[in-house]
Amino acid sequence: MRDFKCISVRRMSKRFGEKLAVDDFSLEFGKEEFVTFLGPSGCGKSTALNCITGLIPITSGEIFIDDECIDDAHRSVPPEKREFGMVFQNYALFPHLTVKENVAFGLKLRKLGKAEVERRVGDALRLVHLDGYASKFPAQMSGGEQQRVAIARCIVLEPRLLLLDEPLSNLDAKLRVELRYELKALHERLRVTTIYVTHDQTEALALSDRIVVLRLGKIQQVGTPEIIFSDPANPFVADFVGFKNAWDGRIESLEEKGGVLSARVRTKGGLLEARLSYSESDPRRAGIVAAFKAGHTVTTAIRPEDIVAGVRSGSNVFRCVADLVEYQGHANSISACIKGCEEARVDLRSGSSVSFGESFEASVDPDKVLLFASGAAQ
Amino acid sequence: MNGRSESGTMALLIPAIVFVLLLFLFPFGYGLFMSLTKADGSFSLANYIRFFQDARDVRTIGVTLGIAVPVTLLAVGLAVPLSYHMRRGVPGERLITFFLIVPVTLGTVLVSEGMLTFMGPNGWLNQLIMALCLSKTPVRFTHNYTGVAISVGLQGFPYAFLMLLGYVSGINPDLEKASQMLGANKWQTFWKVLFPLMVPGIAISFCLNFVMAFSVFPSAVLLGQPSGPQRVIAYAAYQWAFEKFNFNAAAAISMVMAAIELAVIALILAWRSKMYKGASIVGKG
Amino acid sequence: MIDVRSKLRPGNALFVLMIVVYVAIVLGILLTVVLNSVSKGWYSGLLPKTITTEWYQYVSQDHDIPQLLYVTFVVAIADVLVGLLIAFPASYTLARTEFRGKGILLSLFLLPMIVPPMAYGLPLAMLCYKFRLAGKIIGTIIVNLVPIVPFMILVLMPFIEQVGTNLESAAKMLGAKRSTIFRKILIPLTAPGILTAGILSLVKSISMFDLTYLVAGGKSQTIVVALYSDAYAAGARPPQSVDALAVIYFLISMTCLLVSLRFVSPTQMVFKVK
Repeated sequence: MRDFKCISVRRMSKRFGEKLAVDDFSLEFGKEEFVTFLGPSGCGKSTALNCITGLIPITSGEIFIDDECIDDAHRSVPPEKREFGMVFQNYALFPHLTVKENVAFGLKLRKLGKAEVERRVGDALRLVHLDGYASKFPAQMSGGEQQRVAIARCIVLEPRLLLLDEPLSNLDAKLRVELRYELKALHERLRVTTIYVTHDQTEALALSDRIVVLRLGKIQQVGTPEIIFSDPANPFVADFVGFKNAWDGRIESLEEKGGVLSARVRTKGGLLEARLSYSESDPRRAGIVAAFKAGHTVTTAIRPEDIVAGVRSGSNVFRCVADLVEYQGHANSISACIKGCEEARVDLRSGSSVSFGESFEASVDPDKVLLFASGAAQ
Repeated sequence: MNGRSESGTMALLIPAIVFVLLLFLFPFGYGLFMSLTKADGSFSLANYIRFFQDARDVRTIGVTLGIAVPVTLLAVGLAVPLSYHMRRGVPGERLITFFLIVPVTLGTVLVSEGMLTFMGPNGWLNQLIMALCLSKTPVRFTHNYTGVAISVGLQGFPYAFLMLLGYVSGINPDLEKASQMLGANKWQTFWKVLFPLMVPGIAISFCLNFVMAFSVFPSAVLLGQPSGPQRVIAYAAYQWAFEKFNFNAAAAISMVMAAIELAVIALILAWRSKMYKGASIVGKG
Repeated sequence: MIDVRSKLRPGNALFVLMIVVYVAIVLGILLTVVLNSVSKGWYSGLLPKTITTEWYQYVSQDHDIPQLLYVTFVVAIADVLVGLLIAFPASYTLARTEFRGKGILLSLFLLPMIVPPMAYGLPLAMLCYKFRLAGKIIGTIIVNLVPIVPFMILVLMPFIEQVGTNLESAAKMLGAKRSTIFRKILIPLTAPGILTAGILSLVKSISMFDLTYLVAGGKSQTIVVALYSDAYAAGARPPQSVDALAVIYFLISMTCLLVSLRFVSPTQMVFKVK
């Protein structure tokens, strides 16, 4: 494997006829990093991945490995020469070859000695817990096993970059979790630079060093799982990672006390206090102060689990009527109506339960209320 | 409840079973019977012995194989790269396919008849060849092996091509991508991944084309020299039946034809099993 | 780095060449036949020197063209209708049910396609002569059924498989009898398949020669048999008249092909056997 320090994708775009599938995609990531492209179907994550592999020609932009340009939309290094490995959603195992022959495929192309091939194939199969399966054919194996063969087939070649296109989507829920653990363990062990594509935020949060959230071909936010989870950049990302309760409102007043900015927002359901704490040194502070002025329209975002029954803090108390109650095991997921006009999603821990039609009091800590300037979606 | 609906559905097979028994198996059996009897009705292998002792008749096997095998190899051999090239679709695909099926639809007789004029000594093809200075005298395409071979090939190629096209387009495209990512160039991807998966299609295609080619009749008569070097086995059978009115001899010849075809098919299928010991699922994850 | 924009690769050029050669040959054959049928004294040169319709007049006197056309179409249509009656129920059962010996039965039905026509055609023809069916239209119809029914079964099966069994189950739950299900659900939904099988068989049957030749005679000739006979006995009549008959045949066959392409795709003209 030729060593490298970082891979840089610069303003990459891919157009299919009229449609712009990937729009101005820029990303830089370093060796050993695990980056996930996250987003709903059609957001361009798979396309972006395939552009990076070279399987799809890019319309514009550049891709660099360190100083070497491997694609500038006019000329490109063909995929077979990039030393990347790819794992496909439907495994793409060669049905006419045994597991061993599948895994040895790339090695044989490199004209390695027979003993060397045997050794490396054996090591790879052991790594994915499939020793003993060497003579089986893909059709004789389960989905999870086939995917592990696909992974072994890639890592045996020690690729510079490993790309996985929704590798767990075809598996059932239990297997998905199991294989996810194995992928994490594998990454910890081998430290291969990885790009992972998924629509599942749990996978993204669990596996990644950094997450790239995409929507309609455009990058919405790039950040660590912690930041994406607690500090989404716009309503779309917020909704994607589980924030609900997106209410339209207007800022009635703003208050700053000791570096903490508080806003009072008038929504249909009532008056809401949101605390936007940004320290003086936070580079976003100026933007926040500029964006949020009295009279501006905003959209809120609150996690259903952050709304609690009863009165906890003094502010943000409201009364609502439960429309729908779903038992989820660890919580009751409630769809409630505030003042007959605003819908709230509340997750109450089991223990504090509410029944259909019941009126109850709920409150949310101002710290847990996110605000987005209206029209901040893109 | 199940029994009743089951038997009802199975009853639907009856017309087809009757048809196959009456119009195919019975005649075939009758033919076999005829081939093993003499004119007076007694059992005898005389018909077969006569066939194999008659130099003119035994030659037909060689002649027909000499047409069928190379032409089928060529047709399938060309169909493989061509269908591979068109597997992802090609501009003008519908038009190309249309032209390919025209000879098939028009049939052997028209194609052969047309070739007599088009490829004759004064026909356009020879005019073109001489205009391009490729030859000083007209090239003989008709009333010889070449004419028969071209005619059989023109008819057989579309079958092979379209069948293989269907096959190769059905192979999971991710397999090619996976092969590329593992470092194989286009050539290696074709030989190590696509070709092995095409083998079943190639085998079937070869069998069907061979059967058509081996049964060649009007092409050989119109474009070849049916009394001599292009006397094919089907023509020999026809002559014994309708010119010499010896149906027993004709039946024997037909049975020999069938036996040879089945032998070749068995060979091809054996080759296919040897090549493709893997899963029977073509490419699906 | 390779230039990704380049579409000019050796593979492309070879492909185009092969297609061009094939198309040129096909067009060449068709055009010469057409031109020859209207030419007089065209022994050399690119185009005929004189244009005449005398060959068509010759052909119409030499042959009973209306009778030929009548026989051709009656045989084709009869084969299609009878073939569908036999093949459709069989396809339904083969597509829907699993039973012991299904593989053997399917192979049996498809056997006529891989056995040389002579092997069953000759004895079948002899039987037709025995039963006085040869030399009549009915004989031709019977003989041509043998390759057509398996072909139809092959074409129909995928279409029937496409119609989900749940539709029939739903109809059963709503109280429908089997015959009602057939009439009101299955046949309308497989109509495209029936149409495809019918059209493909119609076109195929017009050009079918090998078997018809064995049983046809006199008034029960189809046009393709007449054409072969003329071409075979080439010395007995002017060659241009053979081409004239060929053009008539070509026009019929081509018209059927073009009409059928409105309903089926070119690839379906050649069956797909898996």
